[in-house]
Amino acid sequence: MNLFCVGLSHHTANVETRERYAGVCSERALQSAGGCTEALLLATCNRVELYGSAEQPIATGELLRVLQKCRADEVENTEAFYRYDGEACARHLFRVVAGLDSMVIGETEILGQVKKAYEGARESGSAGPLLHRVFQRAFRVAKQVRSTTDITRGAVSVGSVAVELAVKIFGDLRERKVLILGAGETSERTVRALNSRGVTDIRVSNRSRERAEKLATLVQGRAVSFDQWTAQCGEIDILISSTSADEPLLTPALLEPMLRVRADRPLFIIDIAVPRDVAPEVNDMEGVYLYDIDSLQAIAEQSLAMRRQQLAAAEKIIAEHVEDFSARLGGADTRAASLSPRALASES
Amino acid sequence: MDRQLLIASTLCFFTALLRTLFAVRKGIPLHGRFNFFAIGLGFLFQTGFLSIRGHALGRCPLTNLFEVFVFLAWSVALVYLVIGPAYRLSLMGAFTAPLVFLIQIFALLAPIDIPHPVRLPADPWLEFHASVSMIAYGAFALACVAGVMYLLQERQLKTHKIHSIFYHLPPLTNLFSALTRLLWLGFALYTAGLVSGFFTGGPLPRLKMTCAFVVWIFYGTILQVRHLHRLAPRRVATLCILAFSAAVSVLWAINFVSQTHPT
Repeated sequence: MNLFCVGLSHHTANVETRERYAGVCSERALQSAGGCTEALLLATCNRVELYGSAEQPIATGELLRVLQKCRADEVENTEAFYRYDGEACARHLFRVVAGLDSMVIGETEILGQVKKAYEGARESGSAGPLLHRVFQRAFRVAKQVRSTTDITRGAVSVGSVAVELAVKIFGDLRERKVLILGAGETSERTVRALNSRGVTDIRVSNRSRERAEKLATLVQGRAVSFDQWTAQCGEIDILISSTSADEPLLTPALLEPMLRVRADRPLFIIDIAVPRDVAPEVNDMEGVYLYDIDSLQAIAEQSLAMRRQQLAAAEKIIAEHVEDFSARLGGADTRAASLSPRALASES
Repeated sequence: MDRQLLIASTLCFFTALLRTLFAVRKGIPLHGRFNFFAIGLGFLFQTGFLSIRGHALGRCPLTNLFEVFVFLAWSVALVYLVIGPAYRLSLMGAFTAPLVFLIQIFALLAPIDIPHPVRLPADPWLEFHASVSMIAYGAFALACVAGVMYLLQERQLKTHKIHSIFYHLPPLTNLFSALTRLLWLGFALYTAGLVSGFFTGGPLPRLKMTCAFVVWIFYGTILQVRHLHRLAPRRVATLCILAFSAAVSVLWAINFVSQTHPT
């Protein structure tokens, strides 16, 4: 039995090319017209890949012909496609599922997407014993890579860095109070990221009351008059500032009396405004943690670099699994092919 | 036999220490379970050692500096194991193991296992006083560990210099909460130990009493300023480290004096 993968990804094709192939073809069509014994289509925003098996080797051109036939307008762009067979296919799948082939190294969303694609193919009957084996092994590899390396460690976007820092300061975010100063897009994204971690007490203050109310409605918070925002500093835990003010709005002199009423509660300030809304000296004050856009980005880049450092360890785990999988597959695929759906379910 | 148990125990803590160093150096995730079991096993060996010593002495094994340090290491491990998962914060085991290892390796290597010149009679109040005070020291030691972790995490957050250990350390508020609870636990036990000292049969040694009260007042003051929010958490964490260093020095001094002037 020949195991293969044909596809394109963010490495080989731009988004326009990728979206042309996403969801245009069914696994059944690939089985009937393409001659695949088993077929599984993985379509995410970063890749469209066909995983399959066949009794006899199928030429890439033949598979692309079937893929493109499914499309209304036939556009030839075969250069963007790659193909992996046998061991190389298993290695590629393991790398994909472990997040090593992703645009953001170590991202974990891909695992869920692959699991969903696999479940769909299994339910429709297009994934058989061989794909079952290789995908189950891939999920094991992903779990091992995640638990034994730091490949998924650290946030890699400004919003997620802000959330991670907030968690490292406060722990549970559910009871925390957030004030958004300035109703900008980045503020909205950041507060949405905090919202996803359970923050519900959100206050929005902006020079334009209308915009404050609009953003407050979007993030399920409440608008606060702009001349009242300083009074909020005694209560809040997180301040996200992104106004277009030319001069710093928050200085040590202004913050000091407010800190006195906060007892020993820390204050996390995310200043994403350019020019900055908060004087850098504020970070020297006891219990105040100030991060501007540069420092957040620096941490995101550092996390990415840290993930890259973990690549070698992750690749080693994958290589071990590929070797073991190939050795087992050598004499087991005939037995696997005769497995019933019940036996397949028990293997998973 | 008893020293062999202590060596086995020290090796357990050393293994936990090596595992932590390796994980931090390689940047691989630290699993608290490994340290928990390593400390648990080390604790069992320590208990075996203290039990054998206790039977040989016919009383609580706190008759010389060597036994005091081993009992202190045992107390640290005990408090770590019994404080429960809510306060047994991630990586606390990784920080506890080196502390216990250092205390025990010092006890093993330093020539301090000298039998007490006077065969001390068994006095239940005296033994209660000594053992409870030592367990209080265990809680203070863990508060010190939490303080070190707090300062490490706080510094990274302040300076924006994030190292790989940042992702393993618990949140600041959780660390401070654990530190405060450990301080209260230690203070309550220490108070009980101090009060029980008055019920012992012999005369109260003035120097010991003075030193014990100084430690008690030091910790009491930290808790009071913490309660009144007069000091920032960072300063409280620093004071916890200083207080424990002072308390261990006092412990040393008290035992040194009682060995050199046994009457």
